[in-house]
Amino acid sequence: MASVPKPDQLLKIDHRPPQTGWMDTPVVFKKGTYSHAAKAKNLEAVDLPNPRDWSPDQQDWKLPENWKEIVLEGLRERLSRYRSLQIFMDICVRCGACADKCHFFIGSGDPKNMPVLRAELLRSVYRKDFTTAGKILGKFAGARELTTDVIKEWFYYFFQCTECRRCSVFCPYGIDTAEITIIVRELLNLLGCNIDWIAGPVANCYRTGNHLGIQPHTFKDMVEFCVEDIEKLTGVKIEPTFNRKGAEILFVTPSGDVFADPGTYTLMGYLMLFHELGLDYTWSTYASDGGNFGFFHSMEMAKRLNYKIYAEAKRLGVKWILGGECGHMWRVIHQYMDTMNGPADFLEVPVSPITGTRFDHAGSTKMVHIAEFTADLIRHNKLKLDARRNDHFKVTFHDSCNPARSMGLFEEPRYVLRNVCNHFYDMPEGTIREQTFCCGSGGGLNSDEFSEMRMRGGFPRANAVRYVREKYGVNTLACICAVDRAALPPLMQYWVPGVEVAGLHELVGNALIMSGEVPRTSDLRGNPLAEGDGDGDV
Amino acid sequence: MVNLDVNGKQIGLDEDGFMINPEEWTEEVAMALAKTEELEEMSEDHWKVVNYLRNYYTEFGIAPMVRKLCKDTGYDLKKIYELFPSGPAKGACKIAGLPKPTGCV
Repeated sequence: MASVPKPDQLLKIDHRPPQTGWMDTPVVFKKGTYSHAAKAKNLEAVDLPNPRDWSPDQQDWKLPENWKEIVLEGLRERLSRYRSLQIFMDICVRCGACADKCHFFIGSGDPKNMPVLRAELLRSVYRKDFTTAGKILGKFAGARELTTDVIKEWFYYFFQCTECRRCSVFCPYGIDTAEITIIVRELLNLLGCNIDWIAGPVANCYRTGNHLGIQPHTFKDMVEFCVEDIEKLTGVKIEPTFNRKGAEILFVTPSGDVFADPGTYTLMGYLMLFHELGLDYTWSTYASDGGNFGFFHSMEMAKRLNYKIYAEAKRLGVKWILGGECGHMWRVIHQYMDTMNGPADFLEVPVSPITGTRFDHAGSTKMVHIAEFTADLIRHNKLKLDARRNDHFKVTFHDSCNPARSMGLFEEPRYVLRNVCNHFYDMPEGTIREQTFCCGSGGGLNSDEFSEMRMRGGFPRANAVRYVREKYGVNTLACICAVDRAALPPLMQYWVPGVEVAGLHELVGNALIMSGEVPRTSDLRGNPLAEGDGDGDV
Repeated sequence: MVNLDVNGKQIGLDEDGFMINPEEWTEEVAMALAKTEELEEMSEDHWKVVNYLRNYYTEFGIAPMVRKLCKDTGYDLKKIYELFPSGPAKGACKIAGLPKPTGCV
């Protein structure tokens, strides 16, 4: 992690607003609080405008000459395309219910991180050019001129929003603040102003099907490495298939789980579960990422990257799609896919081949979340589990923002956890379920150079973990998102040392009793089990 | 972007000190990159890791999984951190001229 001030320094948060009014307080690009600019080659890869070398901390952003016209025309188009945007612009009464709900505001004290004011950064420009009151009264009506300083302010603060939507839960009008962030990022894209941590993965994903740029033979090599480890641990040999036509199910998960620890242990859990079930499924080396950084970029890019999953399902002739522990993939699937690339009527309504359960709620997208799939298996008593193999873990659960707030997936992961672990403790009300606190690194903001802001934004989440650590001795933070698995370990190390991060299906893999397995002496990470846990008795 | 001078040749580095064009990598570049990581000397152990990474990258187009790196070199993660204090990605991969992994990592 890039250098970050020590926790006690970072905790000196001043929530008092500055002396100057918000319109007269210029943005300061301070290292650790903004991300690197998108590289030209990553914009060129997907035909985006204004590819160039530039840096946010420089004076000249090398904007196109008619940048203002481009932005205002872009806003006009979007106001007519999305009725929701028009409503969000007009309806806010600035009641402030959202103000203290943002993890970045809590952790930084910067008033422009209050969702109401963050949205006002756009709304003020909207008023000036699109409302009569704003045109006539200007600043008195909360309107302001669009200048290059406004563009810089947008870039700074809309790439300081993780699109987690915690604020939206508290908005009496139901304004979806993430959609405001999405629109402003789209406008910035028109000028070629994105961050490289989003543009890079998008370019990779467009080329190889995943954010990391893993090619087909590499994808296979990585999965097979996990297969070898499973055989060593359990004595069971697994033979996964890739790009197999005619399989019943296509399985899609984030590429982070294929490449990076601790996600790879979650991947091992998937492989073990599917093998034990004898599931007729295939991996795809093309639809090789559930994640969709295109969604952090623009609606159009989200659509382009989402399409591959369905194109691949069609090409392989599967019946339905099973989706792994990914975060924002589920927002795209559950709330946008149907009108972006759907309905997927060439697929069948998903039916679990093991339990016969028909997942009617996925009747249009044809895609089922693995937590639902596994919870259903346990509910029907189809798995042999020995929860004692997780007895060395005292577990709490981080509701990953998107599965929680975008699809209401609260009970299924907890149901699975209670069946595979003997020690599970929820964090306090107000920090979990629909009010869950973000990891501080979602929305494409998990870059190293953004570390200070990530530690600030992750502070409320970490603080709730600290509470259950002190009260119950929690040492494991379970989650169902690959950004979480990448972002929470350094967050825990910083704020709550001694807490490890695990995917749900890593814990399932530990507890799962497989036919023909040798007695387990260690968990999937190779840590020895607590005494007497590995004997396989149910 | 900054340039790293390697015996008169300018090697482009990104904001985090990773090579912009990994195909420009040579052993001399690796030694110059090691200095940016405050490694005074490249021992045989260092070269073993760097060469392994280089070969994997040539064959697979990306860095290996950290666990695979440990398994194939026989060095555990602790040893890798001893050799490369910034770690396998930001230390070893940087010196081997590999691009930064991106996405949910």
